[in-house]
Amino acid sequence: MADSHATAVETAAHNPALLHHFADEQQQKDAASLGMWLFLVTEIMFFGGMFCAYLVYRVAHFNAFAAGSQQLSIGLGAFNTAVLLVSSLTVVLAVNAAQRGKRKQLVVYLVLTVVLGLTFLGVKAVEYAEKFEKHHVPGASFAFTESFDDNGKHIPVNPKEAELFFSLYFAMTGMHALHMIIGCGLFAGLAVLAWKGHYTPGYYTPIENAGLYWHLVDIIWIYLFPLLYLISRHS
Amino acid sequence: MSEHAASRTFYVALGISLLVLTAVTVFAAFVNLGPFNPVVALLIATIKATLVVLFFMHVKGASEKMTGAVVVSGFFFLAILLALAMADYLTRAWR
Repeated sequence: MADSHATAVETAAHNPALLHHFADEQQQKDAASLGMWLFLVTEIMFFGGMFCAYLVYRVAHFNAFAAGSQQLSIGLGAFNTAVLLVSSLTVVLAVNAAQRGKRKQLVVYLVLTVVLGLTFLGVKAVEYAEKFEKHHVPGASFAFTESFDDNGKHIPVNPKEAELFFSLYFAMTGMHALHMIIGCGLFAGLAVLAWKGHYTPGYYTPIENAGLYWHLVDIIWIYLFPLLYLISRHS
Repeated sequence: MSEHAASRTFYVALGISLLVLTAVTVFAAFVNLGPFNPVVALLIATIKATLVVLFFMHVKGASEKMTGAVVVSGFFFLAILLALAMADYLTRAWR
C-alpha cells in the first residue's frame, strides 16, 4: 500500500507538462492565462482605436452613419451574432471536456467551433459580395444615393460621409474576420492534436488559451453588431 | 482556472441567455426610445460581454487574482481613450 502511494506521488511530481520553473500545475496554468490576458489587453486597445474613430465620426456625421447602417441586413447580422455566441458555448464545452479528459467530446466541440466559425465567415462573404454589387465598397467606384430614413422623412446624405461609415465598417468587420480566420486555423490545429491525444486533464493550456482568444473575438462582435447594424432602425 | 469546472447545464443556460439578449437588442432597436436607443444597445452589449468574461473566460473564480486586475485595467484604459477623445471632439463648438 505504502509503495503504491509513493509511486502516485512520484508520478504527480513528474507530470511531463510541468515546467521546472513552476511550483505546481496550478501556478503554471495561472501564469499561462495571465500571459494570454496581457495579449488580449493589447487586442482590446487595438480594436479600441477603431471603436474610438467610429465614435468620433458617428457623432460628427450621424445621418450618414444611420443611412449606411440602414443598408446592412439585420437578419444576417443577428444570425451571425447567434452563430458566434453558440461557438463560444462550444468552446467553453471543449475546455470542460478537456478538464474531464473526454478526448472524443473535446474533438467534437473543437470541430463544431471551426464549423460555426466558417459559417460566420461564409455569411460575412455574402454580405461583402452585396456591398460590391451595390457599390458600397469605399474607393473609386463608391456610390451612395440612399437617404437617411428618419421616421418617414428622407434626409439626403453626403456620399463622402457615407463612405466614411463603410470604410469603418470594412476596417472593423474585416479585422474581426481576420481574427476569425486565425481562430478557425488555431481550432482546426487543436482538433488534430486533441484527436492524437495531446491533451490531458493535467495539460490543456492551448485549449484554454485559444478559448480565451475566441471569446474575446466574440466580445468584439457583440459590440460591432449593435454599433454597425442597429443605428436608428426604429420608425 | 480553479478546478471547480462549472456544470455543462450552467454553460448551456448561459449560452441561451446570451441568445435571448441578442433577440432583445434587435427588438429594442425597432422601438423608438429617442436618444436612449444607442444607450440601451450598448448596455445590453456590455451585459453580454460581462457574462462572457466572467463565466466563459473563467475570470470569476480565477485562482490568480492578477487576472482580474489585468482585465479591469484593459477596459479602464479603453475607457480613458474613449473619454478623452470625446472630451476633445464634443467640445469643438468654436470650429
